[in-house]
Amino acid sequence: MNAHVFKPDMPPPVKTVGVLAWMRANLFSSWVNTLLTLFALYLVWLIVPALVQWAFLDANWSGTTRADCTKDGACWVFVQQRFGQFMYGYYPSELRWRVDLTAWLGVIGAAPLFIRSFTRKAAYGIGYLVIYPILAYLLLHGGSFGLVQVPTSQWGGLTLTLVIATVGIAAALPLGILLALGRRSRMPVIKAVSVTFIEFWRGIPLITVLFMSSVMLPLFMPEGMSFDKLLRAMIFVILFQSAYIAEVVRGGMQAIPKGQYEAAAAMGLGYWRAMALVILPQALKLVIPGIVNTFIALFKDTSLVIIIGLFDLLNSVRQATADPAWLGMATEGYVFAALVYWVFCFSMSRYSMHLERKLDTGHKR
Amino acid sequence: MQNQIGARKGLSLSDPRVRAWLFQILTVVAVIALGWYLIHNTQTNMQHRGITSGFDFLERSAGFGIAQHLIDYTEADSYARVLLVGLLNTLLASVIGIVIATLLGFVVGVARLSSNWVISKLATIYVETFRNIPPLLQILFWYFAVFTALPGPRGSINIEDLFFISSRGVNMPGASMAAGFWPFIVALVLAVLAIVLMVRRANKRFDETGQPFHKFWAGLALLLVIPTCSVLLFGNPLQWEVPQLKGFNFVGGWVLIPEFMALTLALSIYTAAFIAEIVRSGIKSVSHGQTEAARSLGLREGPTLRKVIIPQAMRVIIPPLTSQYLNLTKNSSLAAVIGYPELVSLFAGTVLNQTGQSVEVMGITMAVYLTISISISLLMNWYNKRIALIER
Repeated sequence: MNAHVFKPDMPPPVKTVGVLAWMRANLFSSWVNTLLTLFALYLVWLIVPALVQWAFLDANWSGTTRADCTKDGACWVFVQQRFGQFMYGYYPSELRWRVDLTAWLGVIGAAPLFIRSFTRKAAYGIGYLVIYPILAYLLLHGGSFGLVQVPTSQWGGLTLTLVIATVGIAAALPLGILLALGRRSRMPVIKAVSVTFIEFWRGIPLITVLFMSSVMLPLFMPEGMSFDKLLRAMIFVILFQSAYIAEVVRGGMQAIPKGQYEAAAAMGLGYWRAMALVILPQALKLVIPGIVNTFIALFKDTSLVIIIGLFDLLNSVRQATADPAWLGMATEGYVFAALVYWVFCFSMSRYSMHLERKLDTGHKR
Repeated sequence: MQNQIGARKGLSLSDPRVRAWLFQILTVVAVIALGWYLIHNTQTNMQHRGITSGFDFLERSAGFGIAQHLIDYTEADSYARVLLVGLLNTLLASVIGIVIATLLGFVVGVARLSSNWVISKLATIYVETFRNIPPLLQILFWYFAVFTALPGPRGSINIEDLFFISSRGVNMPGASMAAGFWPFIVALVLAVLAIVLMVRRANKRFDETGQPFHKFWAGLALLLVIPTCSVLLFGNPLQWEVPQLKGFNFVGGWVLIPEFMALTLALSIYTAAFIAEIVRSGIKSVSHGQTEAARSLGLREGPTLRKVIIPQAMRVIIPPLTSQYLNLTKNSSLAAVIGYPELVSLFAGTVLNQTGQSVEVMGITMAVYLTISISISLLMNWYNKRIALIER
């Protein structure tokens, strides 16, 4: 007796698998979709080839002066020639290793915080936050340990952007937490002061804040007391930023279930201990992504220091494009600056999304 | 024993209420002391530098020209008038920016949720590109790399002899009042009133009998018919003037200066990226069960979207949308960098430099921004409450 032999399975219809099926489902499922697809492809066809042509195929990559840019496309020679200025501003070129060293110390110092198996993150992190700023200041500013002093008026480029952004966020964080506690306080006076402070800074644009730092702070201070331009800007950036941080932290504190407050009180913890040991550790963990987003916003906002004449990345680029030897390089300059800002902001926003997923332990209400 | 209890009833630092009072009194003292210290320093400094104080300077003649003014302005006008011109320019840029950003943002947000792969990817690229570049950089890019890099008026891009795009901005036909202007306005008001009445009656009838009424088409008809009658009876409301190239520049018509174009375009594109994300999360927050429930009640695709999905999504969308509108308004002050004559560049810039009265000028500037912020958020809170009533 012959055993029945099954025929091999037929392959699925071409229409339901593979590239064709995917295209049918995702691109041409209806006539509206087909039209949209064609329209979108037309847009892509308009933009992408022209962009590639300009930025890569027809671009000028080597040379030293404007005359070397003979082809129609982008003149990246300009960016190459001014790269030092874009990164360091007027920091003396023989001392730029100090900026590099500061940046590397920052990256290497922060690295253990991102290693999963490293357990003493809190202690290490606090130590890092105390020691690194001092080291960075000594290195960047100099004036001691045999380092030549570099006044802040010579700081510039991406260095200055990063300095303002990191100092701004690091100093605004403690102040913001205090303000958030104040806003949720049951003492009416403290609450009123915090609310007024927060709403005042959130209601005015950063640009008027910076105007204030240059025209009003000198009036506020006793006679003969004068501040560095950078320091003045930083003080106001910190005050401004602390209001935003306060709102982010408040959001986190509101998300903590009331039971946590009651449990802390039931354990006999006073206000400060309850906050420091029970509420804030949970709230801050919830708001880390929010703080990263605030940092991204601040990073973008540092570009406004252009208004008080500090030479951050954007202002360095603007100044370089106004150079008569390089007229007509505005597009190249701004595209380069945009790329730098974009890389920073995009990677930070991805990191914040990653954190949001990692830290989501279901505490949120 | 008795003593101990008595001690607890007295004033003691271990009593939280006493501590609360103490803290608050200390805070008040500190705030007043700080305020007094700042005021004192400011007064001494101002005396030493010979800066006058007070708001008299607002009456003085400004003596400088402004490139764009929505109301009549000459160099002889007062600083107060400059403030008004600047404020109006700020509001113009903000309102137009908000309108474009909202439209673009909603389109991109919906596009990101599209089942069409190409469309959703394009929308994602748009959002990720533009929200990660500082708005100021975008303004500078549009201004220096696009608008001022355009050919001059003689080589302008000519669209149908009506619109001319050049490095001086966009010149377009301008309208001025003609004979039929006021009748036309009256007709427009009448049409709006008629629509309101019609909608009320239709809603009432719908509530009582359940019979729907074509509110949209009837409204459109009213809006078209009544003003058209006015035009036929009283003549054209507006007369148009086409810009002419004379010498090196255009004469006649309206012009959108390049600073304005760069500012509104950059801010709308930037803010639209954020609005798109808000819209996307808003629509995603309405669970799919709502769509299914609406379908099982027999609602078609359109009414499902209009009556079920959007009202619920709006509740999630409105609060963050408000803060984006506020951001856009505040960001319009970035135009100071390219010289668009708005509040900060005119008032906190030029006027401050001319008068030197930094305290008053900055005070007024900040007060104006705070007023705008607070009124937008009050308006939005009111709207938010109104639509929140739709909730169970």
